[in-house]
Amino acid sequence: MLEKIFLLLCFSSALANQLCKPDASDGYKVRISLKTALGDDAYVWNENEMFFFRSTLAFAMRTHVSGQRFEVSNIVVCNETPRVSFWFVVTQPQNLSQLIDKEHVEEAIRKSRSRINSAFLLTDNTLEFIGIQPTLAAPVEPVTPPWLIVFGVVMGAIAAGIIVYMVSTVVRKKRKKNEKTNGDDTDDETRVKTIESGRAADGVYNLSFADDERL
Amino acid sequence: MRLKLPNPGLDDRIPSHKDLERMEKEEAGDRPKWDNKAQYLLTCVGFCVGLGNVWRFPYLCQSHGGGAFMIPFLILLVLEGIPLLHLEFAIGQRLRKGSVGVWSSINPCLTGVGIASLFVSILVGVYYNTIMAWIMWYLFNSFQDPLPWSQCPLNANRTGLVEECARSSTVDYFWYRETLNTSTAIDESGGLQWWIVLALVAAWSLLYVCCIRGIETSGKAVYVTSTLPYLVLTIFLIRGLTLKGSIDGIKFLFTPDVNELLNPSTWLDAGAQVFYSFSLAFGGLISFSSYNSVHNNCEQDAVLISIINGCTSVYSATVIYSIIGFRATQNYDACLDGNILKLMNAFNHPENNITESNYYDVLAHHNQTSPEIIQELNLRVCDLQTFLSEGVEGTGLAFIVFTEAIIKMPFSPLWAVLFFIMLFCLGLSTMFGNIEGVVVPLQDLKLLPKTWPKELFAGLTCLFSFVLGLIFAQRSGNYWLALFDSFAGSIPLLVIGFTEMVAVIYVYGVDRFNEDIEFMIGHKPNIFWQVTWRFISPLIMIVILVFYFVTQVTKDITYLVWDQEAENFPTLDPRPYPSWIYVIIFILAGIPSLAIPIFGFFKFIYMRCKRKDYGDSTVDTISATVQMNEKIKF
Repeated sequence: MLEKIFLLLCFSSALANQLCKPDASDGYKVRISLKTALGDDAYVWNENEMFFFRSTLAFAMRTHVSGQRFEVSNIVVCNETPRVSFWFVVTQPQNLSQLIDKEHVEEAIRKSRSRINSAFLLTDNTLEFIGIQPTLAAPVEPVTPPWLIVFGVVMGAIAAGIIVYMVSTVVRKKRKKNEKTNGDDTDDETRVKTIESGRAADGVYNLSFADDERL
Repeated sequence: MRLKLPNPGLDDRIPSHKDLERMEKEEAGDRPKWDNKAQYLLTCVGFCVGLGNVWRFPYLCQSHGGGAFMIPFLILLVLEGIPLLHLEFAIGQRLRKGSVGVWSSINPCLTGVGIASLFVSILVGVYYNTIMAWIMWYLFNSFQDPLPWSQCPLNANRTGLVEECARSSTVDYFWYRETLNTSTAIDESGGLQWWIVLALVAAWSLLYVCCIRGIETSGKAVYVTSTLPYLVLTIFLIRGLTLKGSIDGIKFLFTPDVNELLNPSTWLDAGAQVFYSFSLAFGGLISFSSYNSVHNNCEQDAVLISIINGCTSVYSATVIYSIIGFRATQNYDACLDGNILKLMNAFNHPENNITESNYYDVLAHHNQTSPEIIQELNLRVCDLQTFLSEGVEGTGLAFIVFTEAIIKMPFSPLWAVLFFIMLFCLGLSTMFGNIEGVVVPLQDLKLLPKTWPKELFAGLTCLFSFVLGLIFAQRSGNYWLALFDSFAGSIPLLVIGFTEMVAVIYVYGVDRFNEDIEFMIGHKPNIFWQVTWRFISPLIMIVILVFYFVTQVTKDITYLVWDQEAENFPTLDPRPYPSWIYVIIFILAGIPSLAIPIFGFFKFIYMRCKRKDYGDSTVDTISATVQMNEKIKF
């Protein structure tokens, strides 16, 4: 009896070894970069962490492949390297020699990706499943582009500047008008102005002719 | 050289020294005046110090032998820049008119010089303010975190980044696609981009508000626009020096390569840079100095402003290259890290086994044992010098390289806002001088009724330039701008500058000019000025002009295009211009330059005919009007 169980165990592990190999058609490679993600707080990757990983994968498979109760033993891992990378395959719960299809595994992992990442305090970049692209988060776009808001503020300031200028021009003109009605001294000034700008045209007597007329 | 060309009637056209003294005392306030000397100096400094100091000089410095470039730059600054500047200041202060007024006073046949200045100021103003519009666009977009040029957008089915962005970089994509939406050829106009049109509206209306009453309003604005860039440069210097790799950048900039001094193009570029950097021949400086009091010391001003301009160029080069050094180091580190990661993943080394120090040893070891795998990895060649010398001038420096450096700094939006405000102030103060060089000649030419207020002139100028500037809001706008920059702002200025020198020294007469300066500042200009004005500066100008002309005409004119289909994408692809562009080039460069002889010829014929018919010269002279003033006093 004991011999039979022993033989069965050997057989199943041998079978599992045969199923899991690098570049297996239904397997995925996992690469973990602990030091990149966590720096000095990085934990050591050992057997217990591997057990945890297999159980998280089993959880993902249970949740998303309906009807089947996956166990930790259904996740078979091989070819571990010091990089911390390894291959895994998922066997069916009832039949340990049959593998779950690549597509189902991928779907399960995709859907539980954030749970798996957070279980290990890693991200999409540091816990890589080679072949499964992470779905990219869309960049947040506000309803009104912020630049339009700033543009509006600047144009408002410019419009305010123009209005202030116009008001000050009107005020200036009114003040000049009042001064003009009060005193005649400005007449000479305005005449000097028009002459100095080189044109004897607007509003200045051509004195030579005027003198003649007066005579 | 006592050569003096005949110039009859000069005394009637210009105010005599007695008239100047009288105008100084009785000045009724028709001509605008500076509130104080500081305003005048800040306006001139603002006009001279512009975007070229920030993005043209550092590139020239680095590409022509670093520290050694200072030698030709300083020599030509002293021999070419300062004399020309002193000349423009002195003639404006003496004749008290804008550029058209000054040249037509010296001799009516020289009106063409003023008109050429007017044309050049308009053409340069149109494209310069478009750059301001781009700067405003980036400034508006800097008020968000994360900055829009730090991320690539996702493609249609959300599986990855947009291909154009993934192949080039986020900053390239934001500049060429989201800002310019550039087409692939200059003849593919592609229609107006509404966001650029809005930015143009903002730029021109802001300029209008600042220039609405001439120097009354712009004189107040320069207190901010001329001083803020120095403050921001200092902040960036302090920030830059605390970043990793900045010292490498500064070392790269200033490492002298004395062999470059033997290369004639170094001297040519130095001379051209000095000339353009001083904003000479635009007419704005003549206008600004004509608002000074007659006895203002223009000699001192010229020397002071030249020194400030030169020092600003060197200072901003230091700041720019400290940030470029930081960016290059970041790119180098990223490149190396990428290679290390590939090696680690391929050979399953534990993490942190390969670092910068042992990377090359490990690579060599693996290259010996398994070269095929190394081949497949496609490792990039990482060289710090290559990253440092990635051609960085012009708009590429501000909108691609510097923005990339900014997103790598902490608190990026703050640095982006500061940087673009600085660029904006630098450009705005230059535009003030530009507008002055357009509005005052228009008034002097009396093309529009004098009763129209000055604000209307400024408004019409801004409106007209805005409409013309819509060329640059098309999809091919960037290519048009490069065209304008190469041709409208180069040869005509050199021609005008040379003609100005010849006109003052040989038509107005260097003896009369010396006496004027003695009247204005109290002593005759010394031997340095005499030698440079009469021989050295005109000679340098002629040499630069001839070489420039020859190089432009002989080489095949190409322009750089952003084309996804090109082989070297994301590097820009040089393409030849279509044949009708040569007409445009002729209009841009030829018409202002030819305006001088054409107007001279026509005015000459006109004066000849008039003299035949009437016998004497017209009554339209200063002395007659001054005498009329005396008569009215009765």
